Amino acid sequence: MTSAPAPPPDVARRLLRGIMRIRMIEGRIRDLYAEQEMRCPTHFSIGQEAAAVGVCAHLRREEQVTSAHRSHAHYLAKGGDLKAMLAELYGKATGCAAGKGGSMHLIDLAAGFLGAVPIVGSTISIGVGAALASVLQGAPILSIVFFGDGATETGVFHESLNFAAVQKLPVVMVCENNLYSVLSPLACRHPAGRELVQLAQGHGVWARQGDGNDADVVYALAGEAIDHARAGRGPAFLELKTYRWLEHCGPLDDRHLGYRPPGEYEAWMARDPLELYTRRLRDRGLVTGADLESTAGEVTAEIDDAVTFARSSPFPPRDQLAAHLYAS
Amino acid sequence: MSAPARQLTFVGALAEALDLCMARDPRVFVLGLGAPDAAAVFGSTQGLADKYGPRRVLDMPVSENGMTGVAIGAALRGMRPVMTHIRLEFAMLAIDPIVNQAAKWHYMFGGQASVPLVIRMVVGRGWGQGPQHSQSLQAWFAHVPGLKVVMPATPHDAKGLLISAIEDDNPVVFIEHRWLYSIHGPVPEGIYRVPLGRPSVLRRGRHVTVVATSYMTLEASRAADELAREGLELEIVDVHTLNPFNDGPVRESVRKTGRLIVADAGWRSVGFAAEVVARVVEQNLGDLAEPPVRITLPDLPTPTTRALSNYYYPLGRDIAAAARRLAGRPPKPEPEIKPEAFLDVPDATFSGPF
Repeated sequence: MTSAPAPPPDVARRLLRGIMRIRMIEGRIRDLYAEQEMRCPTHFSIGQEAAAVGVCAHLRREEQVTSAHRSHAHYLAKGGDLKAMLAELYGKATGCAAGKGGSMHLIDLAAGFLGAVPIVGSTISIGVGAALASVLQGAPILSIVFFGDGATETGVFHESLNFAAVQKLPVVMVCENNLYSVLSPLACRHPAGRELVQLAQGHGVWARQGDGNDADVVYALAGEAIDHARAGRGPAFLELKTYRWLEHCGPLDDRHLGYRPPGEYEAWMARDPLELYTRRLRDRGLVTGADLESTAGEVTAEIDDAVTFARSSPFPPRDQLAAHLYAS
Repeated sequence: MSAPARQLTFVGALAEALDLCMARDPRVFVLGLGAPDAAAVFGSTQGLADKYGPRRVLDMPVSENGMTGVAIGAALRGMRPVMTHIRLEFAMLAIDPIVNQAAKWHYMFGGQASVPLVIRMVVGRGWGQGPQHSQSLQAWFAHVPGLKVVMPATPHDAKGLLISAIEDDNPVVFIEHRWLYSIHGPVPEGIYRVPLGRPSVLRRGRHVTVVATSYMTLEASRAADELAREGLELEIVDVHTLNPFNDGPVRESVRKTGRLIVADAGWRSVGFAAEVVARVVEQNLGDLAEPPVRITLPDLPTPTTRALSNYYYPLGRDIAAAARRLAGRPPKPEPEIKPEAFLDVPDATFSGPF
């Protein structure tokens, strides 16, 4: 796949830390999920962390991110509050959506994470609308819209991309192509020989594809896409090829279901974004084993804290059932 | 004595509301297919494009789903979009953003964000509008918690309710009946508000309560005029806000009259009229002297030919007949409706295509 220039050392270290942190958080959620206390459908980002981290490394706080059902990595990479996210998974009043959303409805307005919802495609148009608002207000602000390969099959994807192109809106659409929509492979959803990136090119939009498991590739492509959109040249589209390690929804391995062709899983495991990037930075002399241990220690402490916070937080009181029906 | 109130058409009142809101609040913008064009959504966006420019009166691709999401995103980021659909049916393509997103956003994110969005939908009737240019789906929208659903019936309320809807912090489905567009009525100058919520009593009367929505208030008024000559008084309660539905004025009226007719321009089964009847029966059964009556569309798609649509839409005389029956008055024979009769226009001055 594409090779990319090495980013500056401080950026590279930041990317590695970001990938490692999300992997560790998702790992902890997997462990805790088994306790049956996080009672909401949860779609893990494990294996796809480099895409979120490589894109969000470019973003300013005020720039707006939307996402879909598999949003943990995007939320965390954009700076979403970890404590509020875990509390949300536990259904607590201190959750980022006050317990009313769960894993599929993350939000952190202070971090520029506008919202995530599980209806595939729905937040694409909403992200475009956020960009439109900024243009109407005379101060364009970039919108980044994360979605998966399945979303490219929705009408709203095409409608949104077309409108963003008509209005030259500052939007970057990031498609993480992990080959599956639930268990349905690309082959039953897209004609053979047509790449997802061509769909965006067909709309006359600046579009590139690359290895979503290589943080350097993602960082470089995202940099180009974001420069393009920030400069007012219209929307940009990235197809980042990656792979979902776990079941569609839930913390388990699902290889026993037999829908993955033989050897596919192993081939992608051999291209683990975390391992790949760790090895590369060690080879470049940018991190040592001690650095990695120290980072792991910091992140573990952060997660411990957040888990304690989430577990010890109260549930929303009963009077919150009818709260927030309407804004006043 | 004050000067006689200024008269304006329903559509003129809508256009004036939009103009006033856009003039005073830069966050307000209009988007819709043809919003800035010469037809100006039957005149309801007349003059706005010239005055405010193409950015604030935004034409759009034929992408109702995507563009509704765009409007939601813009609303989340501080704008107050007013979206227009020249027929309600086109909003059917946007049920996901309306029902799953706009209606839920405030609640599902714990009250942190809201969607101040108005979606105008025009209900067509007559001149062969047929099955896909005539549906009055207020009951669908009113069924969804988190949406507000408004159906103005008078020029005064069209303006005052639209201003309230635009100023509201929630998604408002604003349903306009095409046959109301050319009616005249008193409309004050400047900004005023009709609060979303409590129904208005359009006419006082002692004998029978008619709860009506949108265009059916006009049919109710026709019935009331006719019955007044017979000494039978109708009290007309106009439910201009179907969600949230404040049933207080309906129940107060039934307490007085003991007789209830609900006239709604939607379908009968699982419709808004059923909701009104249920509320009254649950809470005021003892006040009812007679079983309530629903006057609605039959549960059928709208036929295009007037030879059939003449028998599809309920008329004022149907309301009058029900009122006579509830009040124990003898029925009045009515001339039979002929299939070729021109009941497919709101009045004689009207000509097609719309």
